[in-house]
Amino acid sequence: MNINELREHLCSQYPDLCPLFSVEFGDGVLVIDADRLHEAATDLRDLGFDRLGMVTAVDTRDEFELVYRLQSRQMHAGIFVKARVPRDEPTIASVTDLWPAANWQEREVFDMFGIVFTGHPDLRRILLTDDWVGYPLRKDYQDERIIRRPDYI
Amino acid sequence: MTEETIVNIGPSHPSTHGVCRIVVTLDGEVVVKAEPIIGHLHRGIEKMAENRTYLQVVPLTDRLDYVGSMYANWAYCRAVERLAGIRVPERAEYIRVIVCELQRIASHMMGIGSTGADTGAFTAFMYAFAQRDHVVELFEALCGSRLTYNYVRPGGVSMDLPDGWVEQVRSFVAQHPAAMMELDTLLFGNVIARARLKGVGVLPADTAVAWGTSGPTARGSGVNWDLRRDDPYSVYPRFDFEVPLGENGDCYDRARIRLWECVESCKIIDQALDQLEPGPVKAEGLPRLLAPRPGDAYDHIESARGSLGVYLVSDGSPRPYRMKVRSPAFCNLSVLPLLAEGHTLSDLVVIIGSLDPVFGEVDR
Repeated sequence: MNINELREHLCSQYPDLCPLFSVEFGDGVLVIDADRLHEAATDLRDLGFDRLGMVTAVDTRDEFELVYRLQSRQMHAGIFVKARVPRDEPTIASVTDLWPAANWQEREVFDMFGIVFTGHPDLRRILLTDDWVGYPLRKDYQDERIIRRPDYI
Repeated sequence: MTEETIVNIGPSHPSTHGVCRIVVTLDGEVVVKAEPIIGHLHRGIEKMAENRTYLQVVPLTDRLDYVGSMYANWAYCRAVERLAGIRVPERAEYIRVIVCELQRIASHMMGIGSTGADTGAFTAFMYAFAQRDHVVELFEALCGSRLTYNYVRPGGVSMDLPDGWVEQVRSFVAQHPAAMMELDTLLFGNVIARARLKGVGVLPADTAVAWGTSGPTARGSGVNWDLRRDDPYSVYPRFDFEVPLGENGDCYDRARIRLWECVESCKIIDQALDQLEPGPVKAEGLPRLLAPRPGDAYDHIESARGSLGVYLVSDGSPRPYRMKVRSPAFCNLSVLPLLAEGHTLSDLVVIIGSLDPVFGEVDR
């Protein structure tokens, strides 16, 4: 199966999502609703995406965008799954049950963005200390110790 | 069963290969549970990158994996080039491959050497470091720095090769495989080292894939996955090389395939030097201040530790809106609790060494 066959499969499986699937630089990109993420992730894993490469998030100032990168060793293909969660109540289902690799990576996203992964076995801060206040990679994070670089440019 | 003891190792301890704290629950001398506590070297590089221009981020990436700075430079530059649509001249691609394969040797020499030191074969450590020092001196001649190179830049490399450098690399590559054979006998032929490494910390192949490990850690378990061959980038499709694989997934296989990877790296360097043509080393007409179109880009390369990826988001301004480093050492270290269970405390040290973590990259 290559990336075009994958597109056909996803379109037959999720017809409403078909316009949301694109190919950029050879990688598939699937934009999905947060509440359907786990279902789609399960499907993709069963299709042969056996590696979870990366879990991260981006603060778009309106919402948080979660970015998952999955990789298939048989297809030699990668796919990005993106889902948006609201800023005031950022919650999404954990994929730790599908790929244990998500365990530490979701902890890191929780640590930096405060996004809660429901069903995660051990959701604690990982890089920062347990008593840290705030989530540093949010764009509105305030800390008087941060020194802004002057605008040379 | 005796009463369980909790022992705290680190954060600053020679056997943890960096600033890592491990809380070990022991039953006598046997590890019941080992929990790595990371983040002691967290400098917030991803946050700092949001406050710098694209070019100013390159020195930051040096500080990620400080044993293999060239890789982080390259992965970051590839992501920037993808985002900004920059075409890299062919000579620059060849130079990048040559320096990164040399970097792989330097990094693996550190990994193998510390495996020797962990298992009581300290001589092997000295032999490995002699080889590493050759490479570091080559890098010093190339860019003036022995550890943080800041050499690979968006659009190419910072400067062309100095006079006589190619010959120095050739003579290094010519003697390196024989030195590896010697090191193989010295370390992996050593009865004590074999006893300490064989059957210790077994990582089954399916666990290695599910936990997201990559690089020698996964290939030691027989996972046949190398981005240089399976998701080829740069000029790698033009080279002929093998991907060494382990069978048992124990510390012995993980450590030993690093040695064979060094020999394969020599083959790649030799071919790259043969194909190296004169030409520009930096893309023409690059603006002083890069401001890529809004969007995102991801690229990954095979570093000495595994798949090292950089995910960049741009909002059209001259600074990255978000930079994420997909760190192979972070994912590789996450299997430590599985590997350590049931082994003795002294084996725990060997297991950490065989994963070859660099905490600059784990903690970022």
